[in-house]
Amino acid sequence: MSALPTLKWSKFEVAFWLLPVAAFFLFPRYLTLGSQILIAGLFALSLDLILGYARIISLGHAAFFGLGAYTAGLLARYGLGEPFSGLLAAAAIAALAGWITSFLIVRGQDLTRLMVTLGIGLMLFEAANQASSITGGVDGLSGVEMKKIFGVFGFGLDGKTAYLYSLAVLFVVFNGARALVRSPFGLSLKGIREGERRMPAIGASVRRKLVAVYTVGAGIAGIAGALLAQTTQFVGIDVFGFQRSAELMIMLVLGGTGYLYGGLLGAAVFMLLQDYLANLNPVYWQFWLGLLLVLIVLFARGGLMGGLIALQHRLRRSSA
Amino acid sequence: MITSFIGVLFDGLAYGSLLFLISIGLSVTMGLMNFINLAHGAFAMLGGYAAVVAMSRLGVPFLPALAIAFAVSGVVGGLLERVLYRRLYRAAHLDQVLFTIGLTFMSIATATYFFGPAQQPVRLPEFLTGQLHVLGLDLGTYRLFLIAMVVVATLALTYLVERTRFGAQVRASVDNQQASVGLGINVERVFSVTFALGSALAGLGGALGIDVLGLDPTFPLKYMVYFLLVVAVGGAGTIRGPLIAALILGVFDVAGKYYVPQVGSFIIYAVMVVMLLFFPAGLVGRRT
Repeated sequence: MSALPTLKWSKFEVAFWLLPVAAFFLFPRYLTLGSQILIAGLFALSLDLILGYARIISLGHAAFFGLGAYTAGLLARYGLGEPFSGLLAAAAIAALAGWITSFLIVRGQDLTRLMVTLGIGLMLFEAANQASSITGGVDGLSGVEMKKIFGVFGFGLDGKTAYLYSLAVLFVVFNGARALVRSPFGLSLKGIREGERRMPAIGASVRRKLVAVYTVGAGIAGIAGALLAQTTQFVGIDVFGFQRSAELMIMLVLGGTGYLYGGLLGAAVFMLLQDYLANLNPVYWQFWLGLLLVLIVLFARGGLMGGLIALQHRLRRSSA
Repeated sequence: MITSFIGVLFDGLAYGSLLFLISIGLSVTMGLMNFINLAHGAFAMLGGYAAVVAMSRLGVPFLPALAIAFAVSGVVGGLLERVLYRRLYRAAHLDQVLFTIGLTFMSIATATYFFGPAQQPVRLPEFLTGQLHVLGLDLGTYRLFLIAMVVVATLALTYLVERTRFGAQVRASVDNQQASVGLGINVERVFSVTFALGSALAGLGGALGIDVLGLDPTFPLKYMVYFLLVVAVGGAGTIRGPLIAALILGVFDVAGKYYVPQVGSFIIYAVMVVMLLFFPAGLVGRRT
């Protein structure tokens, strides 16, 4: 156990990544929903880094999602619609905002962190709301015109480009995050999670690591926001909303925190459920959402991933 | 200029007292049980709807309707504490946050189901409407009534906590749970009673606040930040801290919306972040 975790892919992981590829061919009519799921998954992944690995409770993670969305949206609106540069710019802006605010976050304990993240999210929401000449206010930012990817693949109405583009970005960023949490840095984050007071004793600076992971998480959230702006060619003010931060948390705990895959799985289940139930009645949807959260906390704290891993262990034991 | 300033100050104080009345229960839950309860606003909303139903469907007058709001929220709060909240006292803060967000969502959906998404109207009795002339100033009678109610509630609460046997048990449990148990204090019962009392006060605040804060199903979410703010800025587990914080918050919010409406709620969030930076443990920290 002394060696670092390897980056080798297990057969479960390979199978997992074949699912979205298969979905592309099997459900060509649901590609728009598919891209939404991929984007939500990327967003949940960014929260998993700071919540699942660093145990920072954030109720305002949408702040970085929104910053990324507006960055990419505004760039494209004023003629700089090249997708990849838009993603990078969004990541940079969101990461910068994350880095600055991280110093407020690391100071406090759970309650203070929760309040500060919530406050920052609400402040940005208000700012975007008031600066309607730039952001479009409550009407949203329209006129986002994307250039073709590599100058070849345009974002068409069939959603094929958007889906494959989102999937590719998700896969690349996921690999980065996967490498990060399996690196010595990732292990020290786990150390902080398990025993924050003991980490300084073995020579690890808790503060600096929390700042670093918060910045990375913010940057990834920015990429997710940018993806949404680019694929839908629109930015609504709800990108900053509290509802988005709260739903994000639900996706993550539904999937299971601290596995990276949990966020993706949770996002998929959540979005499919929402698509089904919200069509019946949006008010009931909120009720079921709340009930789901309560039940997860009371009875299924590990989420889907926790359940799957327990199942795997049981199967292995019974076959051995 | 001066009159409008005093008017704003007065409105701010009335608004702040209301925030205090609703949040004091939250302060106790956080201080006593170290429990982050984001669903606290739901108890205020419950009180509001209880009062509305009592008045419009049962024909109860305003003042008894306030008592009903107090009682209904207190009973429901006590029940939920027994059945649900109790399981999570020792859980991680993240679990408490998720759990109470879930409860908040459920309360919003339930309220929409029964009462629809619209704002609830309230008819104040004759003697509470209109203006009162005090020292050449026109002060809203209802605002004065609000402040008076909160002064009475605060005095009663202070008496309860500082002078009675139960208050001593509460303070002992806040300071050191283990030692309190060792001294034979039934800490669980203290928890239940204080939680019910806090919910009841929130319900009273919600009913009193229909005219000021409004009442619709999104109430728990809309004001969640304000209640949390009062407690986080004021310092959990005290009476004085949240009182000061609520008054500051009320005055700043009303003044901000009156003088610089284009900035909107921005001011409050900025004040909060700055305050939390300088007083991470709240304005009035508990003695340790």
